[in-house]
Amino acid sequence: MDAKELHSLTLTAAKVRSLALDAVFAASSGHIGGSLSVADILTVLYFHTMKVDPADPTAPGRDRLVLSKGHTSPALYAALALKGFFPQEELKLFRSIQGHFSGHPDMVHVKGVDMSTGSLGQGISAAVGMALAGKLDKKDYRVYAVLGDGEIEEGQVWEAAMAAAKYHLDNFCAIVDVNGLQIDGATADVMPSEPLDKKFESFNWHVLKVDGHDIEAIAAALDKAATLKDKPTVILAKTVKGKGVSFMENDAGWHGKAPNAEQYEKARAELAAVLEKLEKEGK
Amino acid sequence: MGEKIATRAAYGKALVALAEEYPDLVVLDADLSTATMTNGFAKAYPERFFDMGIAECNMVGVAAGLAACGKKPFANSFAMFTVGRAFEQVRNSVAYPRLNVKVVGSHGGLSVGEDGATHQCCEDFATMRSIPGMVVCCPCDGNEMTAAVKALLDYDGPAYLRLGRLAVDTVTDAIPGYKFELGKGVELREGSDAAVIAVGLMVQKALAAAELLAAEGVSLRVIDMHTVKPLDTELVLKAAEETGCIVTTEEHNIIGGLGEAVCACVSGSCPVPVVRHGVEDTFGRSGKAEQVLEHYGLTPEGIAEKVRQALKLKKG
Ligand SMILES: Cc1ncc(C[n+]2csc(CCOP(=O)(O)OP(=O)(O)O)c2C)c(N)n1
Repeated sequence: MDAKELHSLTLTAAKVRSLALDAVFAASSGHIGGSLSVADILTVLYFHTMKVDPADPTAPGRDRLVLSKGHTSPALYAALALKGFFPQEELKLFRSIQGHFSGHPDMVHVKGVDMSTGSLGQGISAAVGMALAGKLDKKDYRVYAVLGDGEIEEGQVWEAAMAAAKYHLDNFCAIVDVNGLQIDGATADVMPSEPLDKKFESFNWHVLKVDGHDIEAIAAALDKAATLKDKPTVILAKTVKGKGVSFMENDAGWHGKAPNAEQYEKARAELAAVLEKLEKEGK
Repeated sequence: MGEKIATRAAYGKALVALAEEYPDLVVLDADLSTATMTNGFAKAYPERFFDMGIAECNMVGVAAGLAACGKKPFANSFAMFTVGRAFEQVRNSVAYPRLNVKVVGSHGGLSVGEDGATHQCCEDFATMRSIPGMVVCCPCDGNEMTAAVKALLDYDGPAYLRLGRLAVDTVTDAIPGYKFELGKGVELREGSDAAVIAVGLMVQKALAAAELLAAEGVSLRVIDMHTVKPLDTELVLKAAEETGCIVTTEEHNIIGGLGEAVCACVSGSCPVPVVRHGVEDTFGRSGKAEQVLEHYGLTPEGIAEKVRQALKLKKG
């Protein structure tokens, strides 16, 4: 990846974080921790990897993304807005009775959303269906599913994993946002699921591991996944829940809580400082 | 009126308060203990609390096994996930073998608010009612919830308990002689022109509707039907006979819930007009809880309007 693209993606990821924070604050409700952990992953997907056209959001040949950890819709909506699917200002109506930005991704009302999600464990199955359809139709689009490491406790995820392997869905790539936390605490305490790499390997998947905040590494893994044949690929992305806001990092308490005005100012200032620095560097 | 408290909060406290008296009580949750408010029990009785992770189907199955060995498990998540996700486990592993599992669904109905349609379960009464032998209960306030938890511990068999997210006024503590009994509704307000049969947080709204209608000279009876199944048919038929028309109100799809249960009851024995008030066969949406309720007409005025309709049908 050249320096220019890296800079541009880093800047976009910073904007995703800011917009997600603004949306959650405006709604005084929403899931900020997992939105911040998944921001870099979604940025690389939408701005480096995927073929999508905001002017033609339902193009049959487009790549597809299912945010299976649907509660982190603030990050998804932010990425879609930045990509040009709808104006950023509309995000002020996130979770509002006046708007159409429901708490969890809604494919009926929000342009660019490929699947309605929110009930954990279900998105990956729909993504498998999309990948199967791609194979049936001999289309070369790719399908991505983004999951939480708490979410994969759902049995359905492993049912989908078996099906994806059975049908050799090498047009399918799952990314797990391994931030180590869920609602009731650390995933290691609530329901230990490691070793994830060995689990997916034994389910006949290709397994890649990356630092989920290293934009170049995420992009390289996604590029590589597109070349791996015969089996689906999972990218285990090690992340920090709340990444980018010091007092939210690695704290399960920030899973589904909106900041108060004071906390918001503090968080905004931290994110704004990063943005400003990146914007200066870009000049 | 008593304190304002969410029924989920009263539920969480009741579990802790009853733990010593019922040593077989065990609690399971699916990574939502801070929301279902089983976290107090988890802290006080860690060896009797099982966090099963985000895996509701397995949780319900495990609860069935615990019950088969004499425990009294309460299995918790949002209503959408215990009842919705694990419906078939409830049906085949709990109800069919008549196991003593209490399936608990917190955040029932539209008052989930901001999380939106994917989390707003308005189908739980319908699905749980349709399972043979299942008790379906949804107390309207903290006082009633506290009593319901004890009654469900004393009841040996499968049951579903719906909890609400929002803080609601306590209304049952002011009723003289109030006594909670599973399967027995409570007349909260006398009235002779029409009867409203309400469940959950619609009880408080029905009481407010009665005030609105009193100003119009309408005497509205208000019945708190905390147990949707088995339905208190005696109380329903008494209301039908004495008032001549009924409105049901519930934070639930008008299909399959309390309204249809009441219709089925009166149609065979004392056919009077029944107008159903609830969610009109549509999905919910995001917004502040009270705004969402208002958007769908789940307000005192919404109930009053249905009562006016029922009165017209009665005269016509
Ligand atoms: C089936 C289902 N059960 C429970 C929930 C409630 N819930 C929302 S987010 C969450 C925790 C998710 O943890 P994780 O997947 O690790 O997400 P992240 O940490 O990335 O936010 C839970 C239990 C849900 N949305 N769906």
